[in-house]
Amino acid sequence: MGLSYILRRLLVMIPVFFLVVTAVFFMIRFAPGGPFSSEKKVPPQVLKNLEAKYHMDEPLVQQYFRYLGDLSRFDLGPSFKHSNRTVNEIIAEALPVSMELGLIALCWALLIGITAGGLAALKPNTLYDYIPMSLSIMGICLPTFVIGPLLVLVFGLWLGWLPVAGWNSWQDRLLPSLTLGFAYAAYISRLTRGGFMEIRHQDFIRTARAKGLTETQILTKHALRGGILPVVSYLGPALAGIITGALVTETIFNIPGLGRFFIESALNRDYTMVMGTSLLYFSLIFLCNFLVDIIYVVLDPRVRYE
Amino acid sequence: MAILEIKNLVAHFHTRKGIVKAVNGISYSIESGQTLGIVGESGSGKSVSQLSYLRLLPSPPLRIPNGEVFFRGNNLLTMSEDQLRTIRGHKISIIFQEPMTSLNPYLTIGSQLVEPLIIHLGLDKKTAWKEACEALDRVGIPEVEKAMKVYPHEFSGGMRQRVMIAMALTTKPEILIADEPTTALDVTVQAQILELLKKIQKETGMAILLITHDLGVIASMADKVVVMYAGRVFEEGPVETLFERSAHPYTKALLKSTPRLDLTQQKIPVIGGTIPDLTQIGEGCPFYDRCSYRKDICKSIFPQNRNVTQSHQTFCHVEEL
Amino acid sequence: MSDSLWKDAWHRLLKNKLAVFGGSFLIFELIICLLTPWIAPYGFETQNLELTLAKPSLSHWFGTDSLGRDLFTRILYGGRISMTVGILASLVSVIVGVIYGAVSGFVGGKTDNLLMRIVDILYALPFIFLVIILMVYFGRNILLLFLALGLTQWLTMARIVRGQVISLKHKEFVEAAKSLGVTTRTIILKHLIPNALGPVIVYLTLTVPSVILEEAFLSFLGLGVQAPMASWGTLISSGVEVMEIAPGVLFFPALMLSLTLFSLNFLGDGLRDALDPKGARD
Repeated sequence: MGLSYILRRLLVMIPVFFLVVTAVFFMIRFAPGGPFSSEKKVPPQVLKNLEAKYHMDEPLVQQYFRYLGDLSRFDLGPSFKHSNRTVNEIIAEALPVSMELGLIALCWALLIGITAGGLAALKPNTLYDYIPMSLSIMGICLPTFVIGPLLVLVFGLWLGWLPVAGWNSWQDRLLPSLTLGFAYAAYISRLTRGGFMEIRHQDFIRTARAKGLTETQILTKHALRGGILPVVSYLGPALAGIITGALVTETIFNIPGLGRFFIESALNRDYTMVMGTSLLYFSLIFLCNFLVDIIYVVLDPRVRYE
Repeated sequence: MAILEIKNLVAHFHTRKGIVKAVNGISYSIESGQTLGIVGESGSGKSVSQLSYLRLLPSPPLRIPNGEVFFRGNNLLTMSEDQLRTIRGHKISIIFQEPMTSLNPYLTIGSQLVEPLIIHLGLDKKTAWKEACEALDRVGIPEVEKAMKVYPHEFSGGMRQRVMIAMALTTKPEILIADEPTTALDVTVQAQILELLKKIQKETGMAILLITHDLGVIASMADKVVVMYAGRVFEEGPVETLFERSAHPYTKALLKSTPRLDLTQQKIPVIGGTIPDLTQIGEGCPFYDRCSYRKDICKSIFPQNRNVTQSHQTFCHVEEL
Repeated sequence: MSDSLWKDAWHRLLKNKLAVFGGSFLIFELIICLLTPWIAPYGFETQNLELTLAKPSLSHWFGTDSLGRDLFTRILYGGRISMTVGILASLVSVIVGVIYGAVSGFVGGKTDNLLMRIVDILYALPFIFLVIILMVYFGRNILLLFLALGLTQWLTMARIVRGQVISLKHKEFVEAAKSLGVTTRTIILKHLIPNALGPVIVYLTLTVPSVILEEAFLSFLGLGVQAPMASWGTLISSGVEVMEIAPGVLFFPALMLSLTLFSLNFLGDGLRDALDPKGARD
């Protein structure tokens, strides 16, 4: 049924994933100034860790398989810069923070986006439509690093309602998650509105009405499945965007998440950290896109027969 | 006794380009067990009128400034939404022209079929499912249990139309409005669908309002015919009378321009000109520009109805054609 | 024949007030950016440590930053960088996208299938990470920057060009023109390219703001253009540091960036509506 569709997606995804993994291997190995290069600019303790880990005297092919083996155990190697820590340790500390931030942001995006878009679709060309849609243009055009500081200025500094940094109380979570989620709420509201407006003009909605269903029944049973599809498709790119946006958000609000460590490692040229985190992000995105594909197939029976 | 009576219905669409006067004062009625054929070109207002009886057209652009539609004595246009909903899909069912798009592609056939049974007849899921299966069987769908679990795109056009018919008839409606039910299907399937409708009508005694532009369909199905043009009724009468002794220039022209298999025709006569712009309809007869019998009075005043016989009316200033 | 296509589109575009505003603003901006070395009131680096974080005044229209540098000047120079990177990177994306898409569409068959499936998968990845990685490895060379940024955007262009090539391959007028004996060269020049050009121009206009945004994003995080150069992203980042005491340092660069992004988006949307009025309307 839908199985063949999913299998076909996997068939292309897996080679690409392997390509990425292999590319990462080579990039770590060829990092300029790294232990594998001629000029070893690495602090001696780190060098010792790396040599122990990577068995650099072995032939390349063996190193590659060792690397794959490490990956399958989710071992991302030692940090290039911090001699006493491994990439995994840093990730283990920081990832939960980022995940929480990302998830709350996603919830905001879905909640605000679907509600605003749904309302706009129910009452088109009224204020319920114009106001959210104009706000959404701002969300789409303005970058997170403009919206963030703006919200901080207004709600944090001038009105003093919310804290502007740190990650301790629940209030700390509000501004960052809203900042991060705002752009995606904007996109989702447009997609929801568009999806529902398209659906409501379809013939089968007229049929449902002609059968004597109430407007609510029509909305929940007939319009929902089709209308929500554009939003479901968008979840993949939304996740990628949230991961990227978190880099900025964590910087602005001083949140000890993975994004901030990533930026730090990029500035410090901590190659294993950079590559390891990127690999993690990419895997996450691949996985989520795959899940979204499955959800899509469940919702839209027509796709199963492509 | 007329089961559905339409009196002076006027329906206009208010658009940015002007007011599209789709229906301009039509009146007719239909009795139980009767098949009333509504024939007309595209733009004649035949579909718009049917959809407006059950208020299925979006009501910002659509306004109904005048008219009454009596179903068993109750005006459909003024009753509340709740009351109207008890009639839609229950006492009056409607099947649409495009079976491809009229079914919800995201739901199974079964889940769509049981809806009217659960909502209107208050049946529980199991009983509704059984009834729906029987309905599918009556319209000639094979392997009913399997069919219920299938999605619309897995069916052909003809099968989908059968499903639509089944869906419309599960609640044993008193009137079935069939809006060009066979236009989107091929000829062989057309014949089957029409046969099916006739059979069900015989069994249940329901009235059928059959809308079509196809005179052949009219000839084989209808008892009475209403001829529409540019939002007006031009002629109304029993089907044989209309075909043999039409009393309106438009009907005559229409009949003449139908290709005939039994005659060798060099040229098929057409009606010169095109239908008028519906935003520019005036008080006169809309057929004026294309009519070969026109008189001066036709331009300014739409004719009153004139009884040619007791059951045959025409709306034309010209007495003898 | 194809001239009236452009004329109609031009008229439709002019009717779109937002697009006209966007386009005019952009032209104004471009002129200012070109003339910056002559119109900037101060030097890019000129510091005035006695007048740090000053409010806007007649001598400093936008005020000064934490080192007393004239903000207006810095915004002008920042604009030059942002716009240059934006335009050049977009050109890179167009070139790559057009080649990839045209080849895929023209060759068709299994190759096309494969190439497009790769695009599908790549679509999901945030290319910005690749840019960051490249920056980490090869240093923050501005040439590399706009090459890398260009490579983040080619996917959509490839899809569009491929779509155009495919639909044009089969268009009746190509067959008709061929049957009338029109040479292949004329077909390509007078028919295929003008028709394919439309969507390419639209998406080029929409690629530029995406790239400018990405560059600003990177610069904001400190991973973009290197000091002493400063793009709007860098300026906004400095602005965030002092926004409590001198919001102007944040506000003015953010405003310029936002206006530019809005204008580009409005213009791009307007072009899209003008060139394809049959497209789905909201």
